[in-house]
Amino acid sequence: MLDFDNVSAVRGTTTIWSDGTFTVPTGAVAGVIGPNGSGKTTLLMMILGLLRPGSGTIKVLGQVPQRGDSRIGYVPQNYASIAGDSIRARDMVLLGLTGATYGMRRTSREQHARVDQILGEVGAADFAGRRMSQLSGGQQQRVAIAQALVSNPQMLLLDEPLANLDVRNQQEIVALLARINTERGIGILLVVHDLNPLLSVLDGAIYLLDGHAHYDSVDEVVSEELLTHLYGTAIKVVRTAQGDLFTRSA
Amino acid sequence: MHLATAVQFQSNWVEILASPFMRTAFIAGVLVAVASGLIGYFVIVRGSMFASHALAHIGFPGATGAALVGTSVFAGLVAFTVVGAVAIGLLGKRANDREVATGTVLAFATALGVLFASLASTNTSTVTNILFGNLLAIPPAQLVVFAAFLAILAAVLLAIFRPLLFASIDPAVAEAKGVRVKGLGITFMILLALVVSMAVTVVGVLLIFALLVTPAAAALRFTARPGWVIFWSATIGVASVAVGLVIAAMFNLPPSFFIVSVVFVLWLGAAGMRRERAAAKPAGGHG
Repeated sequence: MLDFDNVSAVRGTTTIWSDGTFTVPTGAVAGVIGPNGSGKTTLLMMILGLLRPGSGTIKVLGQVPQRGDSRIGYVPQNYASIAGDSIRARDMVLLGLTGATYGMRRTSREQHARVDQILGEVGAADFAGRRMSQLSGGQQQRVAIAQALVSNPQMLLLDEPLANLDVRNQQEIVALLARINTERGIGILLVVHDLNPLLSVLDGAIYLLDGHAHYDSVDEVVSEELLTHLYGTAIKVVRTAQGDLFTRSA
Repeated sequence: MHLATAVQFQSNWVEILASPFMRTAFIAGVLVAVASGLIGYFVIVRGSMFASHALAHIGFPGATGAALVGTSVFAGLVAFTVVGAVAIGLLGKRANDREVATGTVLAFATALGVLFASLASTNTSTVTNILFGNLLAIPPAQLVVFAAFLAILAAVLLAIFRPLLFASIDPAVAEAKGVRVKGLGITFMILLALVVSMAVTVVGVLLIFALLVTPAAAALRFTARPGWVIFWSATIGVASVAVGLVIAAMFNLPPSFFIVSVVFVLWLGAAGMRRERAAAKPAGGHG
């Protein structure tokens, strides 16, 4: 899915991280973790083709990142915008299909059907006619995922999809993402602050540590030594008798 | 002058309405109301209410400056608002974070406008017309310019409708999808400058909000479907201008007050409608 070869992330004249050489396997569910300011958003911008790497080469789905790549579905952070009271959920999803089209064209029956199908797939059909501002955080996140999915991407990129959600909604969104991953067979990359809600579905994680970027499988990432170093506070990894894995502050 | 003599019912108001200057006012008002309706939804969705207010104020010294050097007041208005629009558009998102700077520039622009007005030794009605608008003062030749502006606005908006909506609602995703968010932002601001210039002639610098924002805000009370919001904003604007002009003819008073009053009443009515609908049906309609 992602091939990084000696990549450095540069904003202006500041190098945020360097020596990024790793491969994220196709179809993986991968987290992006690192302390605030470590360059997670910069990484996303480079994958989306909005920012060039300072050095090295990036391949996304086998190609150099390009702005407007329809093979990537993107869900940004802070989804609910100021415009939330001025747009319905299904129009929001429709924009994911037709929003980059210039000229006046009627939305076709096929496009409407496609929107309906995706709304059903993410469990948003019941509230599709409501305005975004009338939806809960979890519902808004479903609509955002539907908008990203509606153009049939080969990978999903989500920036903090679990922020501001309660535990139940977090679990539901994680379950939805896991289902999308298996049913559609597409890779998912998500920036997260807390690994715990995702540990059951993650294959691995890109972690940004000490100005460098690495990728490891989840078993290696979830080590007390690494996480403690990463967040600069003592972290304990606990495995329950049922085999569940979680981390907590020691 | 007593109130009773100031407000007098004109028994010949039907004849007044049929006069050529009323016809000019009516056509001008409709053109401006439709233009405002077309752009109003985007003004709200983009959160550009303050920007539209700012543009009107930036246009004020342009208008009085034009009177000072003896050129067309409307041309001065357009020149200043377009330059202001490009400046605000280049600032982009940061303009919203710079309310203090924008407000300070506004105050300066307004002061400059007052200075130009007093230097120009124009009669006070010129300044009053710029500040509060006067449909009845619009010369017939102006109609061609208004029609051209409306045609440009409609053509460009039709061409960029979806990308502009995408960029307004969801700039981060639109950018990633390859939409030129910044370029669209500047294009929008220039269109807004044209509409603001037109609207100033109807309701003036100080009442611009009533024509540019309130009709769309009223429409948004009962629908959030972009096409319908635009249709209803234009309809509310046209109705307000028409009814306002009729009442102005009946009492021989400037139309601005009546136009803004009708907009205000319709906005209040729409608010009541939404509350009733919300009580009757908690979820919005589908499809």
